[in-house]
Amino acid sequence: MSTVASTADKTTWEGGSRPFNLSYGKMMMWFFILSDALTFSGFLAAYGLMRFKFIDSWPIAEEVFTHVPFTHSPQPLLYVAFMTFILIFSSVTMVLAVDAGHHMKKNKVVLYMLLTIVGGLIFVGSQAWEWKTFIHGSHGALETRSGNILQFVDETGKPVNIHSFAIGESERIADTRDKGVWFSEDAHAIPSINVANVTDGFKANSKLRIKTENIIDGHKEILSHAASLEKIKQAVGVVEGANMIHNEYGKPLFANFFFFITGFHGFHVFSGIVINIIIFFNVVLGTYEKRGHYEMVEKVGLYWHFVDLVWVFVFTFFYLV
Amino acid sequence: MSHDTSHTKRIWFVFFLLLIITVVEVAVGIVKPTFMAAHAFLGLKLLNWFFIILTLVKAYYIVYAFMHMENENKFFRRLLVISIIFYVSYIMFIFLLEGSALHDSFMGGSAKFYHMSKDF
Repeated sequence: MSTVASTADKTTWEGGSRPFNLSYGKMMMWFFILSDALTFSGFLAAYGLMRFKFIDSWPIAEEVFTHVPFTHSPQPLLYVAFMTFILIFSSVTMVLAVDAGHHMKKNKVVLYMLLTIVGGLIFVGSQAWEWKTFIHGSHGALETRSGNILQFVDETGKPVNIHSFAIGESERIADTRDKGVWFSEDAHAIPSINVANVTDGFKANSKLRIKTENIIDGHKEILSHAASLEKIKQAVGVVEGANMIHNEYGKPLFANFFFFITGFHGFHVFSGIVINIIIFFNVVLGTYEKRGHYEMVEKVGLYWHFVDLVWVFVFTFFYLV
Repeated sequence: MSHDTSHTKRIWFVFFLLLIITVVEVAVGIVKPTFMAAHAFLGLKLLNWFFIILTLVKAYYIVYAFMHMENENKFFRRLLVISIIFYVSYIMFIFLLEGSALHDSFMGGSAKFYHMSKDF
């Protein structure tokens, strides 16, 4: 068993025994999982700390993550819920594979591992799509000199795309490389409308309101049309999408944390898929039948469940809380 | 290492449990009932307590049922679970405490956390 001093000491210390009744590989996988869990806890704690500092102006998750692929009507958090379901389901197929391995049923192991890999690929693809949508932005916003974001809503509170009411286009000419000596491409695509266009459009439409970052009573503050007209004078630029520098949803810190934590997690999922594929091929080739046990499947299953576990926490702290 | 009985029944039970908990979490996250959002306990909104407790329940089932922690040696279980619980509890406590101090000083004014003068 464990560290109990007894007459069994001789055999314990002369090697060949298994502490905790575990094989070396499985114990090491558990220890690795523990250390990785500490890493992610550190990241999430840092996220909590920074979010607390900006708690009065942090973006509200249901307003940011509303897109669902192949549809145009926004549904808050629906796609993220789907992603969670996919990952939990792939966890289930993984544990079923492990269970089949215990009974030495090779065909079942093959089937369930294949389903797990497919589930993982769907999750990673979905996460990539979420990133793309997030980077691309939804409605656009104006940024003030101090970095505050002004979004636009109609009188019912529904978000309005800045392109839908802006008047005119910005007269910026995109130069090409042959026009000058010192040419550099734009780091990010410049919006096709500027502050003046948006302001003109806003003044012309009395139904529009500005939604600021401040949170009052759990909702973002919406200014009256008159107060908005005052506020809009402070705008210095148009922001579309989210990257490390500008973020149409709110503080750039929100985008930074989103990319970093979901990116780290997505990378773990990806590496888990790669490892699963390798073990899958080993199963198909009969390596574990020959070996007499499917413990490798179990070890890889532990890693996959860990990935699912981290997602459960990331999902809660990013999207729900 | 083979088991005599199949655990598939338990696995499917845990799956449906996790599914139902997730659906409930997302539904409450979208609806955000005013009763839960308005009241707080120990500095956290009731709504957030709801999410965190449900998440811990999900975590328990994933670790114990899916990762077969419940079948492991008692001392090994404790080795991992107690370590992570101690660490995470402390980190959460200190980061929330410091976060609120940062928030107060960011909002301009409260020196009570660090007893510093405002002559900066």
